[in-house]
Amino acid sequence: MAETIIFQSLPARPAPTKTEGLVPWAKANLFANWQSTVTTFVVGGLLLYFIPQFLNWAVLTATTVPNADACRAPGVGACWGVITEKYRLIIFGRYPLEEQWRPLVATLLLLALLVASCTRAFWNKWLLVLWAVVVAIFFALMYGNVLGLSKVTTDRWGGLPLTIMLSSMSMVMAFPLAIAVALGRRSKLPAIRTFCTIYVELIRGVPLISVLFMASFMFPLFMPQGVTIDVLIRVFAGLTLFAAAYMAEVIRGGLQAMPKGQAEAAASLGLSYWQTQGRIILPQALALVVPSIVNNFIGLFKDTSLVGIVSLYELTGSLGLALNGDADWRPFKLEGYVFITFIYFAFCFAMSRYSLWIEKQVNKSKLR
Amino acid sequence: MAEAKVAPRTPPSKRDWSWRSQAFRGLIYQILAVLLIGSAVWWLAHNTSENMRIRGIKSGFDFLAAPAGFDIGESLFPFDSNNPYWKAFLIGITNTLRVAIVGIILTTILGTLLGVGRFSRNGLVRGLCQTYVEFFRNVPVLLQLLMWYLLFTELLPDIADAKHFGGFFLSKGGLSFPDPVWATGHLWAVGGLAVGAVLTWAYRRWARRSFEATGRLRSMFWVPVAIVLAAGVVGWLIGGAPSEFNFPKKGEFAVEGGGSLTPEFMAVLLGLTLYTSSFVAEVVRSGISSVARGQGEAAQALGLSKGQEMQKVLLPQALRVIIPPVTSQFLNLTKNSSLAVAIGYPDVVSIANTALNQTGRAVECIALIMLVYLVTSLSTSIFMGWYNAKSAIQER
Repeated sequence: MAETIIFQSLPARPAPTKTEGLVPWAKANLFANWQSTVTTFVVGGLLLYFIPQFLNWAVLTATTVPNADACRAPGVGACWGVITEKYRLIIFGRYPLEEQWRPLVATLLLLALLVASCTRAFWNKWLLVLWAVVVAIFFALMYGNVLGLSKVTTDRWGGLPLTIMLSSMSMVMAFPLAIAVALGRRSKLPAIRTFCTIYVELIRGVPLISVLFMASFMFPLFMPQGVTIDVLIRVFAGLTLFAAAYMAEVIRGGLQAMPKGQAEAAASLGLSYWQTQGRIILPQALALVVPSIVNNFIGLFKDTSLVGIVSLYELTGSLGLALNGDADWRPFKLEGYVFITFIYFAFCFAMSRYSLWIEKQVNKSKLR
Repeated sequence: MAEAKVAPRTPPSKRDWSWRSQAFRGLIYQILAVLLIGSAVWWLAHNTSENMRIRGIKSGFDFLAAPAGFDIGESLFPFDSNNPYWKAFLIGITNTLRVAIVGIILTTILGTLLGVGRFSRNGLVRGLCQTYVEFFRNVPVLLQLLMWYLLFTELLPDIADAKHFGGFFLSKGGLSFPDPVWATGHLWAVGGLAVGAVLTWAYRRWARRSFEATGRLRSMFWVPVAIVLAAGVVGWLIGGAPSEFNFPKKGEFAVEGGGSLTPEFMAVLLGLTLYTSSFVAEVVRSGISSVARGQGEAAQALGLSKGQEMQKVLLPQALRVIIPPVTSQFLNLTKNSSLAVAIGYPDVVSIANTALNQTGRAVECIALIMLVYLVTSLSTSIFMGWYNAKSAIQER
């Protein structure tokens, strides 16, 4: 008879190392080895030194009272009073004070339209109609002179509405031009290809400011005698020409990424050039480059800050307008800059997140 | 069974002068395009010359020889208001190039560090680099320039109580620093550096040969750096070791002596560098992450350290992806230096703007600006094209 086997449990093995949670994360990311630990202490020390100082200035000792003397009192940090006092001048420029609901409504409409344009459900031909309607309402509201609204000439437009209008509308205007130029640059016809190449390289080789100088100093000379064009329209045209050159390159990149078989298949079905481009190539190519186009738009949005140099008072310009001539508030320009930095950052950051998101959406169709 | 009889259809020949021929239609389209654009250009030119005649605006570049009549805040060579316009433009161009070249060098260093920092093992460094990139690239560069200019001109102390550290003075008047007094001995030092560079080239060539022959790895960075520095020091010693410095001194109203940087220059340089390096950092990051995963894993399997992995395996391969977009960032920096006009740094746009206001020759002045930037852009892209070809994969 075999010996009786008495069951004996083995001692428990140690639990596996914890890989989730705060402590393991810190071990892997902050104190992995001695170099990492030293870095953590140095960087962390600097952060612990500067962040409280900044918070102290921006929040704890700051004042929001719109009173310049209160801001000058010793021990007072940031003077947000300059914003509470001047925000209407900064955001709406020189637009008449009692009429400022008009740019507000117009801008909100335009923003809603932009958000709609970013939504895939709206990507059809009705979007074009919507754009036409909203742009018409925008100008009617801003310019007035209809439906009992008083007339406000373009030289009084300014601030954020101008920034959003200039960037979004010149982008939309540049779009068809960019498609034409991108197709032209890949055309088999040498004359057309040369013209498109010269245009793109010329515009991309010079800074925006020289294009704006051209719009403001040279366009008046280009026009026949007696014809004057509003400076807003001229700057608008300059921005459109500028944006179109950059966008044409982006679209050309998308066109080049199309496999040759697509065009050959279309040709074997007997499709004409325009049918091939319009129904086969462009829809695929444009979907590929949507993220880059959004990035282009962010660039253009930031670049509109330059039109202040040719005396159109968009957001950056209207800040100067609000503070430069006012001896009481001039010393607090830094707070003003921080304020509009925040506005620009909010718009650009949101759009760059959107660009990343749409990139993922576009790539989804390629995954199986 | 009836045989289907199809008349053989000959394809239209290339020389077919009918609407059915693609070649013919192409020709017509091109002629139309040339006519359209030609007449548009003619129309604009005609209007311009008419307008100029009626308004009495003279045209031509003869104004370049006339005295400029304005002073320039900073220039690399002496200038006064009696000097001609062409000299003013020359100063503008050198000022543009000065800020652009220094900016490109600083941007390359900062951008690469930030981009590599995104792959750091340390979470704080990674987060800091990402925050930097997100913040600086989402704020207009003009706004950043204006802010730096405000900081340098309004928030720094007055010249009378300039901040003083070592031989440096920092105040609203700019940054003053000790400037070595030029002596012939320095020429020897420069000669020594040149000799060192030649020696380095020879050393690297020899080291590479010997590596290929024997597999022995020699330092390709620290030894060459040591050679260049040592040769420079030897030259300096032969030249009599001139070590006299021109220290800035605080006077009654200004800091005198020594070298100095104006607040305008510093604002433009700092603004452009910080803005552009956020873009370069993104380019470097995406370049590195485009290198196949296996490369990094293989490097680790061979026992390379994290630093060696980055230096010897990832970065050289990433460089091919990085160079074209970085070129366009360098060009952007150069073009953005034109924003200096907003804060009064006398770059070429600012000079041209003054000249335009004084002489009214809009067409000529704007054409000069465009020409300068076109030449710069084209030459930069030619140089980077050459460098890109050099670092491309050597295929059979």
